[in-house]
Parts: sequence; structure tokens; C-alpha cells
Amino acid sequence: MFSFCTDPDTLDQARWLACYLTTGVHLSFYMSFLKVLGLLAVTAPVALGFGFAGAMVARSHIAPLSWIGKAYIAIVRGVPDIAFFLFFVIALDQAFEYLRHKALCPDWDEPIRQGRDFVVCQAAKLPLGNAPQWVHETYGFSLAVITFSIVFGAFAANVIFGAMRAVPRAQLETAEAYGMTRRQTFWRVLVPQMWVFALPGLSNLWMVLIKATPLLFLLGVEDIVYWARELGGTKTPRFTDYPHGDWRMWYFLGLLVFYLAFTRVSEIALDRIMGRLTLGQATAGGEAQRKGAVA
Amino acid sequence: MSCLQTIQDYGLRSIGIGERLLPRSDFTLCEQVTLIGSGMIWNVYFGVVALISGFFLATALAVAKASPRKGLRKPAEWFIFIFRGSPLFIQFFFGYFLFLSLKSQYPMFDAFTSAWLGALIVLYLNTAAYSAEIFYGALLSIPKGDTEAADAYGMTGWPRFKRVIWPTMLRLAWPAYTNEAIFLFHATALVFFSGFPAWQQKGDALYYASYFADKTFNPFVPYPILAGYFILLTLCVVGVFGAVNARLNRHLPQEARRKMRLRPNLIR
Repeated sequence: MFSFCTDPDTLDQARWLACYLTTGVHLSFYMSFLKVLGLLAVTAPVALGFGFAGAMVARSHIAPLSWIGKAYIAIVRGVPDIAFFLFFVIALDQAFEYLRHKALCPDWDEPIRQGRDFVVCQAAKLPLGNAPQWVHETYGFSLAVITFSIVFGAFAANVIFGAMRAVPRAQLETAEAYGMTRRQTFWRVLVPQMWVFALPGLSNLWMVLIKATPLLFLLGVEDIVYWARELGGTKTPRFTDYPHGDWRMWYFLGLLVFYLAFTRVSEIALDRIMGRLTLGQATAGGEAQRKGAVA
Repeated sequence: MSCLQTIQDYGLRSIGIGERLLPRSDFTLCEQVTLIGSGMIWNVYFGVVALISGFFLATALAVAKASPRKGLRKPAEWFIFIFRGSPLFIQFFFGYFLFLSLKSQYPMFDAFTSAWLGALIVLYLNTAAYSAEIFYGALLSIPKGDTEAADAYGMTGWPRFKRVIWPTMLRLAWPAYTNEAIFLFHATALVFFSGFPAWQQKGDALYYASYFADKTFNPFVPYPILAGYFILLTLCVVGVFGAVNARLNRHLPQEARRKMRLRPNLIR
């Protein structure tokens, strides 16, 4: 990176470190932080959508639908999240390939599960065998996003389901008294009022989502955990210009600090949002704000 | 091979008793259920030991955080912030590599790099921090009348804490603490995926479940088995904690007893 980096053996400590931290692999390491932030940016709205849909299904008046919704919420919350991550990556991959296989190769007559192998025709492979590297990476990343969204959607569904029930009953009765249909009541009265009740749970969920991002590593994405392990391991002079001992501890300390800082920033931001939303609301928080402003 | 034989061979495989080699091909349902169940021994071990030992540290931390003295409050606040603000997964990795580099200098840290001790310590500190935050919240919401009554009786210091504050704190914190316990048990599944090696393939339930999923390339059998075990474990935890809750609230009239509202919606 810097001009003095041509011969690392001769440098003093500070310069050596500056050169070391700007090698090509370290730049990939820094890029993987963007990957984590990207995952958060994509997953949060998608999971919110899953959650909203889940909550709507769970409070449906058609019994089987409501059972499906409630089962979705209950099962995902009853089992360790990591088990879901490991499960869905393979299951989703196989499901996609199975569907494509059925659509693309209708005249294939061998069974798909042959002993311990999962065999689909060449055209149904995902991504295609001859696809470039970035397609593989994007595919892996999208599988991760879908998995995260399914798991966190269930948590969000639980929060939104509770928030919908927390909206004062009188509000809904008023809407009914005005002759609104069930659908109108839902969209015009229930949904706008629900958010302030859902926000504490959702902000909690955001914190949890941040802390779940290192599990990307288990989904086979080259994320910050992967790079920290790679870069921190002992390097001998034979393979690199910057030999060092086992520094993985320091790399993970760095990740720890990154997450602490991120959590702290999120906390401050969410407090601000909550302050905005409670302004003028008929809740305990809004009341406290009103009194504070008067005093 | 009959299923009974399989249970004899693999029932205690996760702690090194029984058949040395894991099954390699033609996996039967019985083998999967037995081995994954055998792995649950580790999940229960980590969960129970960390929970019981963490309970005491959590109480101390909660009291320290509520203390008016800055010298006590600040360290407790930082401890809780560090362990609650960072992912458990990263804590496991950091702990493992920390013990690894300590081991290279002091041989006495040898045991710390194996999961049974090293991961247990990380889990212990982690659950202590989460529980301390719960207990701290409960300490703040102890009814004023309770402490005033203790003052009126002339109770101070340790007896006041032991006989008035602590039981009330537990009573208030118990539903949230039950959630924490459930999630601690779920968190134990992370251990063998976060640096700590499974020596001689003695791993926890998820370790065996992913072993089968890798070997058969069929996730639809081992993971539902694992899920079933964890749901059973969760029900046991809820049962035990519910019994303790009933005992903590036994002086209240039946109607006024706080219903346990379980909302396990936190993961780390």
C-alpha cells in the first residue's frame, strides 16, 4: 500500500504494522465487514416482512392458517437458532434444486436420493457448474439472507403479534362502530397504532440480529470470523513477507470491540427513535415526556 | 444390529464410553436418535453447571451495579456491557484463543483449551452478565414498602439483604430468569462450532446432528431429532423453574400469584 512497504524486513515496528494492516488480504478482511453490514441491511426489512406476514397469518380467523402461523412462531423459538442455520442452508439448497429438477428435467427417471447422494440433472444444479465465482458467492449469501429472515421473521412475528394485541380494544370497537369492514379496521386503525407497541421488541430484536451475524461463518460465507481465523493464524516466512505468531486472539478481540461499538451506536440511535415515536402517544413513555417538558 | 444394542454402544458415546468408532454408513434412525441424545449430555452439563455457578456471580454483580459506590458500580456495569453487547460466538472464539496463547506460556492452562472447562467458563461469565441485568432490574423494582418494613424492624446489612431484598428480587426476576435459562441451554449448542475442538468426536447434540447431515446429505432427519430433544429440554427447564416459582410465591394468595409469562424471544 505505502511506498516504503517494498521490503518489510527492514522496517521499524510502527511502519511494519502500517504495511501489515494494508496488505491485500487485510483489505478483503475489511470488505467482509461490509458484507456483515450488507447482510443486516437486507435481512432486517425482509425479516420484518416475514414477521408481519407471520403475525397476520397467526391472527387469521381461518383456523388452519392460524395454526400454521402459530406453529411457525413456536417451532423457530423453541429450537436453538444455530440448528436452524445449519438446517436451512442444506434444506433450502436441496429444495431449490429439487424444484428446478422437476421443472427442467421432466423425463429424468432415476431417484433423486441415491443412498447418501442427492442427484439432480446438470441443468438443475444451483448455481450452474460453469457459473463464475461471484455467482457462487452471491448464491451462498442469498441463502444466508433467506435463512436469517426465516429465523428472525419468527421472532418479529411474535413481537408484532403481541403488539397487535396490545392496541386498545376500544380503538377497534370505535372503528367497527363507524362501520369499517374488518380489512379497513386492520389497515387503517390497528396497523398504524401497533408500531409504538412493537418498537421495544423490535429494537431488542435488532440487537439480537447484530449479535447473530457471526453465525454467517457457519453458513459458509467468507465473513469476518472466517478472515479473522485465516489472518490470525501463525504465518511462517516461507509463505508471507509478514511472518508472525498466533495472533487469532487479537483478531477476535478486534471483532469483540467492533460488535461492542456497533451495539452501543445502535442503542443510542434506537433510544432517539423511541423518543420520536412516543412523542404525544397515550402511553407511559409519552406521559413521562409530557411531564418532563412541562417541568 | 438391534436398537437395544445400538443404545448400549452409543448411549454414552459422547463422554467416551462405548463404541469408539462412529457409524459410517447405512445410518439407522435408531443410531441417529441415540447418538444425538448422547450428545445432549454435554448440553445439559454446560447448561446446568453454568446456570448454577452463574447464579451466584449474577447476584453479586446485580448488587454491585445497584451500589451507590462508584468503585463497585463501574466494574459491574462494564462487565455486563461487554458480555451482553458482544456475540457469544465471538466470545467463545476469543476465549478459546486466549486460553490457547496462555497455554503456550503456562502449562497449567492446558485444561482450559478443552471444551469441558474453557467453554464452561465463557458460558458462566456470559450467563452471569445476562442474569445480572435481569436481577438488577428486579432490584430496582422492589416495592419500597418491603425495604421500609425491614428498616422499621431494625434490620440492616446482611440480614436485611438475605431475608427481605434477595427473596423479593428473585420473585420479581424469576419469569425473565426462566427465559435466560432456556436460552442458555440453546446457547450450549454453539460450543463445538466455535473453536473448541471435539476431542475423539465427543461432541454435543448439534455436533452429532451435523455429522449425520454431512454424511447423509439429508438434513431432514437429524435436525428434527435435535429439535425434538431441545423442545423436551425446554419443557423440563420450564417445569423445574415453574416449581421454583411456585415456591417463591407460596406466601401469596392463589389468585394474586404472578402467572409465569414465558416469552423466550431473546437470542444472543
